[in-house]
Amino acid sequence: HTHLNYKLGLTLQNRTSEALTPAAAARDEFQEELVIRPLHSGDIYASFQFRTLWDTDFLQEGQKVSHYRLFPKSLGQVLSKFSVRELHISFTQGFWRTMQWGQPFIPSPPGAELWVWFHDTVSDVDGNWKELTNVLSGIFCASLNFIDLTNTVQPSASFKPLGLGNATDHRFLRYATLPREIVCTENLTPWKKLLPCGSKAGLAVLLKSEKLFHSSFHSQAVHIRPVCQDEQCTSKAWELRQTLNVVFDLYTAGQGKKEWSLFKMFSRTLTEACPLATSSKVYVDITDNPELSPATPLLSQAVVLGDRRTYSVFDLTRAETFGQLRSLNLLLRWKGDGEMLRPLLHAERYVAGFGLQTGEIHTVIYNNHPYRAFPVLLMDSVPWYLQLYIHTLTVTSKSRDNKPSYIHYQPAKDRHRPHLLEMLIQLPPHSMTEVTVQFERALLKWTEYTPDPNHGFYVGSSVVSALVPSMVAMNTNFTQDQPLFSSFVPVKEESSYFVRVYTEPLLVNLPTPDFSMPYNVICLTCTVVAVGYGSFYNLLTRTFQVDEPSLPLAKRLANLIRRIRGVPLLT
Amino acid sequence: MELREFINFPGLTFPGLKITLLKPDIFFKQWYSWYSKIHSSHLESPLEVFHNHVYRLGIPDSHIVLMLADDMACNYRNPKPATVFSHKNMELNVYGDDVEVDYRGYEVTVENFLRVLTGRLPPSTPRSKRLLSDDRSNILIYLTGHGGNGFLKFQDSEEISNMELADAFEQMWQKRRYNELLFIIDTCQGASMYERFYSPNLMALASSQVGEDSLSHQPDLGIGVHLMDKYTFYLLEFLEEVHPASQANMNDLFKVCPQSQCVSTPGHRTDLFQRDPGSVLITDFFGSVRKVEITKDTINLTSPVEPPIKRSGSSDIQIESLTYVDQLPVAEIIHQKPKQKDWHPPDGFILGLWTLILLVFFQTYGIKHLKHIF
Repeated sequence: HTHLNYKLGLTLQNRTSEALTPAAAARDEFQEELVIRPLHSGDIYASFQFRTLWDTDFLQEGQKVSHYRLFPKSLGQVLSKFSVRELHISFTQGFWRTMQWGQPFIPSPPGAELWVWFHDTVSDVDGNWKELTNVLSGIFCASLNFIDLTNTVQPSASFKPLGLGNATDHRFLRYATLPREIVCTENLTPWKKLLPCGSKAGLAVLLKSEKLFHSSFHSQAVHIRPVCQDEQCTSKAWELRQTLNVVFDLYTAGQGKKEWSLFKMFSRTLTEACPLATSSKVYVDITDNPELSPATPLLSQAVVLGDRRTYSVFDLTRAETFGQLRSLNLLLRWKGDGEMLRPLLHAERYVAGFGLQTGEIHTVIYNNHPYRAFPVLLMDSVPWYLQLYIHTLTVTSKSRDNKPSYIHYQPAKDRHRPHLLEMLIQLPPHSMTEVTVQFERALLKWTEYTPDPNHGFYVGSSVVSALVPSMVAMNTNFTQDQPLFSSFVPVKEESSYFVRVYTEPLLVNLPTPDFSMPYNVICLTCTVVAVGYGSFYNLLTRTFQVDEPSLPLAKRLANLIRRIRGVPLLT
Repeated sequence: MELREFINFPGLTFPGLKITLLKPDIFFKQWYSWYSKIHSSHLESPLEVFHNHVYRLGIPDSHIVLMLADDMACNYRNPKPATVFSHKNMELNVYGDDVEVDYRGYEVTVENFLRVLTGRLPPSTPRSKRLLSDDRSNILIYLTGHGGNGFLKFQDSEEISNMELADAFEQMWQKRRYNELLFIIDTCQGASMYERFYSPNLMALASSQVGEDSLSHQPDLGIGVHLMDKYTFYLLEFLEEVHPASQANMNDLFKVCPQSQCVSTPGHRTDLFQRDPGSVLITDFFGSVRKVEITKDTINLTSPVEPPIKRSGSSDIQIESLTYVDQLPVAEIIHQKPKQKDWHPPDGFILGLWTLILLVFFQTYGIKHLKHIF
């Protein structure tokens, strides 16, 4: 009769009598992967992906899932309670510099981003959305409870589900960003707790916050979606992907030398794979021929983001990877003299104008392909306090008007809904397209200002989604041992790959009142009332009486005698 | 001269408040201490080190509600991100590797603080943001920040007064949300905050009396801010010696930081407390003990890793294969029908306007003239 310490694994506590028979329990597996890519600017990009695949159906009627093994219970309960079909949440610190670093494996905007596809059995999507954001804010220690109807939008064509499905009714999609959200250790801690091995074994031992946050870019995300169970794709499995992308800066973390090692990046080395993982691999991008030690004979080629790259593979499930010292510390050195492959799609955004009344938002999209034109879907979600004048919307490419083939605009409602603008624009080859729209800044009620209103108000990033033509044929076959970084976005055709680019968030100043004015007004009013009105009131209501001063005793006696004598009195 | 003026973290526009509360574990029905603290620009002092001590003495993170108004660890101006040091030697990173902040940034408001205390939170609030205490819980509340005679500042824009705090504690008492409560405050004129308490079983400690200022302890010339307050520094030094089985009692706590060290005079209030402070152990509030029974029986654990699932099995039955959704179906998007807007009955203003127009119309022309028009 033992009282178990709460720190013991879930495997023991969750074992019920029925679940002990393996046939009844749904099977799940866990894979972990780390990709290290040296960048041309001397920085180094590390991308962790942890995937749990579970052959079960949360949303099936009558079947209550109670036996959780590798899949975290907190997320499983969230999925079944709110009938979630797909969930994507990311926390990012920093901005991804596409022109210097290329395209990321998993793009994400600065701050927090959450988009969810609900199941079509849900009757009250908004209610579920509100509760879901609150529950997630508790799980991830973030202020996601600030997501409400004033910053949630319902995109009509962007953000199609990344998982299995056929019908997509956009009434069940909700998207929100919090550009101001900070990411710190308190967000990483619960994220690490969702992993089957925690941060005790496997690749997650490298995730130490002092090093991870001392970087140019840090993004951690959780993606849950239904995927094919096998190559035939006859049944669904739930996939949970936890991704962490980090870019270490050459100068702040690298001391100016293009020489990186696992120890320099993470202050840790790898000692073992996660015992619960079926595959645990480290891929190092050696396409540009850097010096890599220890050398490994395992090589792999993958086409990812329209580029064929060669990777050295380190399999951590094999004991010989760790060598004599039982620890793996990769050392990477490169010159970085050559030309970087120019990213084909790139977007920027800025605010133009002066003063605190009006302004103009400019979104610039670059198509760097030499001869191919392709369409992009631009989605803009602007808060209600920037009142957009859509009649001033202009889209110009190569200084000529470019009419979008699809525009969806939902105007904002003050304090209820933000603006949503979605446009399908055809980008001519090798061109720059500029989208401008003028706006006016609203004056908020004095209770709606944040404690630091002079910092400014954030406007979330624009999202540019596109199917970019690929120079290299993409792989459309789905194989089990495909590396995780190449299987995130489903590839439907060989000639193009799907990419999503996020622009910078904007910081706009709204006309801010002087919050010390109430105090000043009270002082001034009270002074005016006291001095002006008070004096006037006194003049009107006061009566004056002449007051005889009282005489000293000697004089009073003298006056008494004088009165008897009948002689004039002393004063 | 008030040193507190110089304590604001450079560049930040506002000092904030953090509060940490410990919540009891109802399943175990143990004496779990509740620990709450509010911290202002002196992020280092209360939050982390207290957190470390309380953590060390046995209170789990699920029993701590932490409120941080400022993000200092990951602020871009912090030369060592994700770290906060309590001493300029930088030996101990008090932000740690597994801190969990429940309320942060703009969420730290007087309203949220009082709601957490009284338990009147919206139903969708997650468990980690609630004070799940019952009538057998001991609660420790630690607040630090900028304050004055009868108030404590939140986020540079709000204040909580001593009367509000006293009323909140009375609500907690009425709703049986605590057994005993220890209230520690480290602000200027801190003693004014506990003057108005009137609920039973409250003990309070403050770093300074009314009319006195609490001072900070050590500056760090690297960041340009002071790292910790004097009172908190000596309090933590005292807590270093406390271990889970320690017999130190509250009288020792009252002696912490006399005027010679703190410059201000710490005060305390025990008249509302039913037990004698000399018999109250420090670990009653700062630590927690769990009952563990040891057994000599062995349990066989089955192998946790099952063989990898074979996913390329062939099936004879022809089941329709599922497909992934097209990410950018251009043709479909262009020919998308515009969303049918739900018809809503006309709004109040429009209704009123039309009623006015119709009234004027019928006023002018009269009903019987209508037949000439139609």
